[in-house]
Amino acid sequence: MRDVAVIGVGMNKWGELWEAAIRDLLAESVLLALDDAGIDSVEAMYIGCMSSGLFTHQEHLGSIGPDYSGICPIPGMRVESACASGGAAFRAAYIHVASGMADIVMAAGVEKMTDVDGGGATFALATAADQEYEVYNGVTFPGLYAMMANHHMHKYGTTRDQLSQVAVKNHLNGSKNPLAQFRMKVTPDQVKNSVMVADPLTLLDCSPITDGSAAVILCSMDKAKELTRKRLVKIIGSGHASDTIQLAQREDISSLKSTNMAAKQALEMAGRKISDINFAEVHDCFTIAEIMVIEALGIAPQGKGGKATADGITAIDGKFPVNASGGLKSKGHPVGATGVAQIAEIVKQVRGEADEGRQVKKADIGLAQNMGGSGASSVVHILEGM
Amino acid sequence: MVGIVGYGAYIPRNRIKVEEIAKVWGADAPSYKRGLMLREKSVPSPDQDTITMSVEAAKSAIKRAGIDPREIGAVYVGSESHPYAVKPSGTIVAEAIGATPDCHCADFEFACKAGSEGMFVAMGLVKAGEIDYGMGIGADTSQGAPGDALEYSASAGAAAFIFGKKNVVAESQFTHSWMTDTPDFWRREHQFYPSHGGRFTGEPAYFRTINGCAKALLEKSKMKPSDFAFAVFHQPNGKFPMTVGKQLGFTEEQMNQGWLCPTLGNTYSGASPIGLTAILDIAKPGDKIFMVSYGSGAGSDGFIFEVTDRIKEVQNKAVHTRAMLDSDNRRYLDYGTYTKFRGKIKLRGE
Amino acid sequence: MSAPKYWREIPQRYRFEAARCKKCSKVLFPPRLICPACKSREFEKTRINEKGTVETFTIIRIAPTGFTDEAPYPVGIVDVGDGVRVLCQIADCDPENLKIGMKVRLEFRKIQQEGHAGVINYGYKCVPE
Repeated sequence: MRDVAVIGVGMNKWGELWEAAIRDLLAESVLLALDDAGIDSVEAMYIGCMSSGLFTHQEHLGSIGPDYSGICPIPGMRVESACASGGAAFRAAYIHVASGMADIVMAAGVEKMTDVDGGGATFALATAADQEYEVYNGVTFPGLYAMMANHHMHKYGTTRDQLSQVAVKNHLNGSKNPLAQFRMKVTPDQVKNSVMVADPLTLLDCSPITDGSAAVILCSMDKAKELTRKRLVKIIGSGHASDTIQLAQREDISSLKSTNMAAKQALEMAGRKISDINFAEVHDCFTIAEIMVIEALGIAPQGKGGKATADGITAIDGKFPVNASGGLKSKGHPVGATGVAQIAEIVKQVRGEADEGRQVKKADIGLAQNMGGSGASSVVHILEGM
Repeated sequence: MVGIVGYGAYIPRNRIKVEEIAKVWGADAPSYKRGLMLREKSVPSPDQDTITMSVEAAKSAIKRAGIDPREIGAVYVGSESHPYAVKPSGTIVAEAIGATPDCHCADFEFACKAGSEGMFVAMGLVKAGEIDYGMGIGADTSQGAPGDALEYSASAGAAAFIFGKKNVVAESQFTHSWMTDTPDFWRREHQFYPSHGGRFTGEPAYFRTINGCAKALLEKSKMKPSDFAFAVFHQPNGKFPMTVGKQLGFTEEQMNQGWLCPTLGNTYSGASPIGLTAILDIAKPGDKIFMVSYGSGAGSDGFIFEVTDRIKEVQNKAVHTRAMLDSDNRRYLDYGTYTKFRGKIKLRGE
Repeated sequence: MSAPKYWREIPQRYRFEAARCKKCSKVLFPPRLICPACKSREFEKTRINEKGTVETFTIIRIAPTGFTDEAPYPVGIVDVGDGVRVLCQIADCDPENLKIGMKVRLEFRKIQQEGHAGVINYGYKCVPE
């Protein structure tokens, strides 16, 4: 397995993009990444997308990706792992280059969620859960995470305010990100008092429905040194793990074992401990998710994720900044694009290219954690600036 | 000996008071309460129907019978609110209790006596030796048109009886069925609410039919009212069964235990069957029970049961009927929630 | 809901049928082809218990299509013993009485119906004991 670097990144402005069809939405970030890398084409393209079929009735992104990016006949392949589709696409691209199969491969991600109405979007998103034993009984995704939240609050004393602090922090960071869907800041009271979706989670505890895409270009280290004029960002760790699809069948309802295992794999591969990592982009599909994730990663002790957030440990100027981009909460969550956008963010931070007010001061090693469903799959990557 | 080997009932937790309905329609609640001898009725939740209540009643019956459900050779659900027009409620009930696939099934309807019919036929098949055990269920989530007199009483509940020859808890000694063409109450296909003949439903229908059946049954059995510990009649309101019982020579004391209508309402196909389960809950060995159902259209099924020694062993194996009726978990609804639960609000697309 | 998709799960939804691994006794609900604990592929038929304790719950206020008329409704994860937990709605319980640790039993209820012409979907909910 040879060394692989990321030499180009691209992400468009996320939101409700009525004029963009999925074919152009995907191409937009592909072209931004190619321009950022200063190259014309790649040898293969992996596209993370949860369900272009259910959202837009369009499958076969393995053709559409290369086709509308103008680079047929390169091979394209859609990668799916619910909300971890982007991270999984990145891992597939990494393996493709690390194995020597190709030198330059793109990992892109896209989701076009607004061609269906709210009910249609909820239906499509619910396919990430167990259809016969969860969705059949009328539970929703906010419902699943709300049950995790209640379990966590009962077991560890996590508070309503600590959940709110995740949203406050991420919106503060997102307010400085011109590509984010929601750039308004929020107060703890606003979060607590927004409309209740599934007790205790309110609307502002939940990530939104978003159209968006992102793309990154992976390159073998030797070739990367020739091609790029920017600070080289090397992939030093990669991890991927699965867990039961049913929340009720997990070992512990409010722990994210798949994230913990994926992180262990990535850290071991990198030869690092979590304390060696400077900052992270994590999967805050709901505020409680970020709290459980930072525990699973070891940024905070088990049960103390809420306290760590409230104490400012994960703030932009804290000991371990988390979601300097604004996270899924503020930046948006076009499902398949999220995992790739996390990588793009880490690369920009490591290069020192993040927007003013949200540049992490010491940003040499970053960790990206992307998760599917209620924690049924997790992908973790660690990147280091050279 | 053929008779009941297991029995069970199910009553939903929701209630609505006569006052709550009367206030919406500008009716005089006290006079309805006096006239109908009825204070409140049960209301099914939106996730309950004839099938769900039948399943729970049937499971209690199986607990009391102590048999393997696969031994049940027939499942008959009688109702006027079967969830499907074509597809027997019995198939789903039989599947849920584990009686399938070697089981006969048919749904019964005959207004409020569909439940006792199911009992009658199940018992007959067992007596004939065709099957070892047969289950008859009476269940309904009956509807009364808004503002109509029937709205005060139309309620929901289920009772299930398993008949067999082994381990009988109440022997079926005599039966009689009495039936004529009497159009007192009916519902045409595709109509949501039933229609009725007002006062015609009384003397020429309910009273004539029950009297006809009861007298024939007493003559057939050569018994008199004082031979019985308990009597239960179809109870569309609190008043009618008390009146017909006294006409026949029964006393209030004999009728009280099975007289549930004042706080349950009229569970239609469940009415006299659920009353019978309340009696069985406290009956003693040797007690004789007189039961006559009534279904508009019109007909009555009469039964004489004698309780055996085994009753004591099974009474407490499942929940008692009056415990459900008087449960601490009762929830009183306002009229708006009641109409939403009963599907009386016209939704978009209808 | 496709008819075969509904019909296939009836043994689990109506009768709680499960599989017990012959080698390590793990109970699997629904049954599977291979035991995730010991990788054995031999099972015997069993059923999950119908009584349990609520391990966590929530109240769904913004409901999916098909359930909108019932919102708000509680949903919980119930520990029914033998290492099995099930997710189901909690019926017959007022919101203020919902508690982690409350004792419940499974009851047969209507889950959904597809308008006026579709198959009626039955299954289990839990009710306070």
